[in-house]
Amino acid sequence: MQLIQQRLRTAPPRYWLVLVVAMFFVGLPTVVSSFQSSEWTQVLIFAIVIMGLNILVGYSGQISLGHGALMAVGAYTSAILIHRYRVDYLVTIPIAGLLTGVVGFLLGIPALRLSALYLALATFALAVVTPSLIKRPVELTGGVQGILIAAPDPPQFAKDAFAAITGGPAMTSDQWMYYVSLFLALLLFWFAWNIVRHRPGRAMRAIRDREVAAATFGINVAAYKTMAFGISAFYAGIAGALYGLTSGFVSPDSFPLALSFQLLVGTVIGGLGSIAGPLVGGIFTFWLPIISSQFVSSQPWIPAQIASAFQKAGPAVTYGALLIVIMIFAPNGIVGLVFAGYVRLQARLRGAGDRGTGQMPPDPQTV
Amino acid sequence: MQELIQQVVSGLANGGIFASLALALVLIYNAMGLLNFAQGEMAMFATFIAFTFINHGVSYWFALPLTVAIAFAGGVLIQRVVIRPVERAPVLTLVIVTLGLATLINGAAGFFFGYVPRVFPSPFSVSTVNLLGAYVSYQDMGVIVVSGVVLVLIYLLLQRTTIGLTMRAAAHHREASRLLGVRVSWMLALGWGLASAVGTVSGIMVAPVLVLEPNLMQTIIIYAFAAAVLGGIESPLGAVVGGLIVGVTVNLAGAYIPFVGGDLQLAVALAIIVGVLVVKPNGLFGRPSVRNV
Repeated sequence: MQLIQQRLRTAPPRYWLVLVVAMFFVGLPTVVSSFQSSEWTQVLIFAIVIMGLNILVGYSGQISLGHGALMAVGAYTSAILIHRYRVDYLVTIPIAGLLTGVVGFLLGIPALRLSALYLALATFALAVVTPSLIKRPVELTGGVQGILIAAPDPPQFAKDAFAAITGGPAMTSDQWMYYVSLFLALLLFWFAWNIVRHRPGRAMRAIRDREVAAATFGINVAAYKTMAFGISAFYAGIAGALYGLTSGFVSPDSFPLALSFQLLVGTVIGGLGSIAGPLVGGIFTFWLPIISSQFVSSQPWIPAQIASAFQKAGPAVTYGALLIVIMIFAPNGIVGLVFAGYVRLQARLRGAGDRGTGQMPPDPQTV
Repeated sequence: MQELIQQVVSGLANGGIFASLALALVLIYNAMGLLNFAQGEMAMFATFIAFTFINHGVSYWFALPLTVAIAFAGGVLIQRVVIRPVERAPVLTLVIVTLGLATLINGAAGFFFGYVPRVFPSPFSVSTVNLLGAYVSYQDMGVIVVSGVVLVLIYLLLQRTTIGLTMRAAAHHREASRLLGVRVSWMLALGWGLASAVGTVSGIMVAPVLVLEPNLMQTIIIYAFAAAVLGGIESPLGAVVGGLIVGVTVNLAGAYIPFVGGDLQLAVALAIIVGVLVVKPNGLFGRPSVRNV
């Protein structure tokens, strides 16, 4: 008992923050509508794939503009298994993750030979070509029409428990998928948190910062780089499977180039090389276009014609502008900004003048 | 045989379009070691400007140079406002900025001009002429001629004028050029302007073949990347040769390989990009790069 008390007292503040955030997400469906839960499911799915992309871009210093294509692999794996082979949908999620992970690992091998610029180019081309590649094997992928997936029914215990807690109607399919996604998101964030704090994370950061130096210290550069690709793709595959299951269908047009961009935007906005970044990035990439177009159409002084043009073009304009502004003014993203502000505030509260001692604040990039 | 010649000629016409855009990519790569992912979108936006002029009764042959001039100014402006603040940042940052630019310009085009596909006029008739027993359209030949003229002009500018010499000097030996009084940063801006202008020609040439809409260049840019990589990313001549090879290869693959057909031509470009990068990363005309450890 005393030990627990001591543990609680000495827990760093960020543990409490994690607890608060986790409780917020666990409780959310009990207060918002089923539809709103499904919106937040999308946020969680974005957060998962962005977490994977962050391991690749933020920690190992490689780039991928093709994560939308990897999501497509995951989504189609799950959809085909359910549709053709009648596999239980919960079983298809890890299979989709593992298969996409293998695909990513294989992609990582030629990627070793490419500089950052060429890797960006090759993955960009992959993202553009993927929709037409998917359309080709019609019997397997359903061609242009895609594959319909029946909405998963929540298990009885979940229905009853949910009804008992909220005192309302039983759990809907959307709410159930929210909890499935939340469970996987928590698991995968915990997994990422462990990777980046231990040997693989240190090795990847060393490779990112100075590849040659890392190699001279005995780090197996090729192994860690391909591993980063594999892990990152595993995340994308899981997210892709969830994406298909929650939207009820997969089609080639669900995975356009714009999706890959959106994911990169989320990674950068949240903050490269941070664990909290992907969650922030997921929230932003999902809600930003919705909120900005709602804002524009609700302003009476904006002519209706402009507002309706903004409905369609708005997301691209906001994403693009934001990406440039963040890269110029805050390359560490929102989390980096907040962290830098926190460090400065703490220094001021302690009264330790940074300028006086000439002490450098800690590098916000290293977690 | 007759069909083969027709396919090759129309492949060359496509190749001219790819070559112009690839040349634009090479110009910016040479100026600052960066692949400009926004090149296609910049060309698309300029094509919309040309469309607006023509729609308001400006003649085609006046609208074309006018748009190219505007595109040049736009390229310089983009370099000054967006690229200059991150000029010395890591490659990853630069790539992300150009992607942001691409998204922004794409959205802006949708915002100002809408997403409805439009028919872009062509000065060349689609009627055909008998050439060596094959029927070749004036459209294809016109595109080949215009692209050829542009490429020769760029070559002359880079190789035969003082401004071209200073541009190349600024790109290759930044510090030394600055010491000799070259305004390096403005030379980079000039490079962006020039690239934007050349890219615009490809946009205006391709718009009559496809239809004008904000995603006009999304596939063309992939072919242009394939052309630039195949030719060797730092070689202007390579971009032209690469463009023609890609144009013909893709056309022939579409026509004669049943598996490829009409909808997997883009995959051929992807295969070229990946194949060249893995097998011969310096392309046909590029110099092997040496890395300082």
